Amino acid sequence: MLRESPPVIAKHAALGRAKPGFRGRIAAIDAKGNQSGLSADELERRLIELGFVEGASVEILHEGLIAHDPIAVRVDCATVALRRREAMAILVV
Amino acid sequence: MNAVTNLGILRCALVGTPNSGKTSLFNALTGSRQKVANYPGVTVERKTGVLHAPSGLCFSMVDLPGTYSLRARSPDEEITRDAVLGKLASETPPDFLVCVADATNLRLAFRLVLELRQVGRPMLLVLNMMDIAKRRGIEIDTDKLSAELGFPVVTAVAVRKGGTDALIAAMDDFALTRAGVGGVCSWKPPSVADLRAGQNEADRIIRAAVKLPAKPDSLTTKLDSVLLHPIGGVICLFVILFVMFQAVFTWAQPLMELISGGFDALGSFVRAGLPPGLIQSFITDGVIGGVGSVLVFLPQILILFLFILLLEDLGYMARAAFLMDRIMGGAGLHGRAFIPLLSSFACAIPGIMSTRVIDNRKDRLTTILVAPLMTCSARIPVYTLIIAAFIPNKNVGGIFSLQGLVMFGLYAAGILSALGVSFAAKQLFWRQEMSPPFMLELPDYKIPDPKSVGIGLMTRAQAFLKRAGTTIFAMTVLIWFLASFPQAPVGATGPAIDYSLAAMIGKAIHPLLAPIGFNWQISVALIPGMAAREVAVAALGTVYSISGGDVESAVGSLLAHQWSLATALAFLAWYIFAPQCASTLVVIRRETGSSKWMWITFGYMLAMAYVAAFITYHVAVALGAG
Repeated sequence: MLRESPPVIAKHAALGRAKPGFRGRIAAIDAKGNQSGLSADELERRLIELGFVEGASVEILHEGLIAHDPIAVRVDCATVALRRREAMAILVV
Repeated sequence: MNAVTNLGILRCALVGTPNSGKTSLFNALTGSRQKVANYPGVTVERKTGVLHAPSGLCFSMVDLPGTYSLRARSPDEEITRDAVLGKLASETPPDFLVCVADATNLRLAFRLVLELRQVGRPMLLVLNMMDIAKRRGIEIDTDKLSAELGFPVVTAVAVRKGGTDALIAAMDDFALTRAGVGGVCSWKPPSVADLRAGQNEADRIIRAAVKLPAKPDSLTTKLDSVLLHPIGGVICLFVILFVMFQAVFTWAQPLMELISGGFDALGSFVRAGLPPGLIQSFITDGVIGGVGSVLVFLPQILILFLFILLLEDLGYMARAAFLMDRIMGGAGLHGRAFIPLLSSFACAIPGIMSTRVIDNRKDRLTTILVAPLMTCSARIPVYTLIIAAFIPNKNVGGIFSLQGLVMFGLYAAGILSALGVSFAAKQLFWRQEMSPPFMLELPDYKIPDPKSVGIGLMTRAQAFLKRAGTTIFAMTVLIWFLASFPQAPVGATGPAIDYSLAAMIGKAIHPLLAPIGFNWQISVALIPGMAAREVAVAALGTVYSISGGDVESAVGSLLAHQWSLATALAFLAWYIFAPQCASTLVVIRRETGSSKWMWITFGYMLAMAYVAAFITYHVAVALGAG
């Protein structure tokens, strides 16, 4: 699925597509057009409340059995479980 | 308000993120001097307790529900927000706040602390679980932190004796110097930019005052590589559940025999000491027999809760939700619904109350709707009685007992119907909705604190005993009365109960229940059984005029002669679904804030019970079990 977005963001990968073992840093949160049923604003707030802010280090530790979903992500010093659908809003490098 | 007039009792609220160890800190401070009640109008637990400091000061502590932000997305979090802001009509605003943070996981806690600072109430910060932090090589400069934050920072180890001394000393000092000296509240619901700025500021403070080791907790990493493994993790989860149910049925046995033996002895003792007649019958059949047949289940309920509390304290429950999210998602349930549904195997009431962790209202309603279908411990007496009386105790395939298989089948029927109903509810009520996000912190594993588990178990035991002493007691007295009056005329030939009010009522509603194979004795036992499922056992005992002895086995052998197998099976099918628990219905009304959902639950469960019993009865009769 291609989104219309500025070129700066386009070159970042979505955390929602990464495989277990992936390590990186958060480049941006872009919740526009997300599939979570929440407004972009609300999803972004919830992600920030769980520590997903620009610059934080992330690592995918585990994934679920069905459709590799949900994922367990190490965010700096905490571990958070979330679905890939929501993790699409987390852009990483 | 000024500090001096308040020195009698200071109100202090504990605030923190989920998993910050807030509750074990609360337990350490207040010990057994705590009270659990509900906030008026909602079923959010209000935990209060008193702390007598060695200095002579007295603190009234309240443990607020954990939250990541004051934005409040669930009823629990609304309570926390309103209590902190002093907007809760039923409560005097706290004199000061004690923010609790897990010293091993400071990022999210600090963002919350910065948000709380805007409220303008005097506050101090406790870094809990300092022992674990030190062991992992986390170094925290509390003086620097205090300078950055602008309020006192102390460390604590809630689970160790004396681990809260520094906190209590700080609270004393605080009470004398700062309580009541609040600033101006500048809090408003934070925007995305506010939250981001808050997290950046929190990260900056952490960099300035905290030295973190390079590696995460190695024990958690090792355990998770097994327990969160896509396949291994699911297998482990099912093994844990299997052990849990095995324990409920086998470990509890000796204790249950002890309790039922005790009641039998008490019954015979009273029978010997009292002249035969109404009073003897009332005390032995009504009071001792009735309440005793229910109290027997206390060990099973406590073992079930012990497992749930241990898994929760250990940090495993969040992992279970992670593993089950997609599996339950297929049936339209949220991963977080796993914990409430698991608790519902003990009792639907705490199960329904724990749906508060689900922030989406529709997911919450679906979970509430199906929670009563989980086989709660109150069904165990009914199932055990009927299975023992009607299902032959023989082996199937060499390893399984037929009785055990029937029991398993009843549990499975409950789970499958819950999945079916939630799927149907999703289609029927909110088809267009997208399923809301699943986001959950997976805390590091911790060794459960025996004190907290003990206090948790005691609360459950008290709730059960209170129920046995009030509702169940009242219902057994009622059924005894109905079954005893009016008394049989002199020279009557039939059993005395044929002349009683119970017989009249039973016969009046019998035509409704005859199509599903129930006789009038069952019909009458179902009425007090509305109060609580397990009452039906006691009621059947009384209706069949059993007096004395082991109520269960006596009723069982009598039923085996009086009922057909088809009736017994229909009765079991009825009990899988029947909404026979007034307290559950009341809790549903309170939790959902409307009678509508209570009646929907009642209606669909009653319909399913009737249909299931009807089909079971007629199929069984057709197969020759009539």
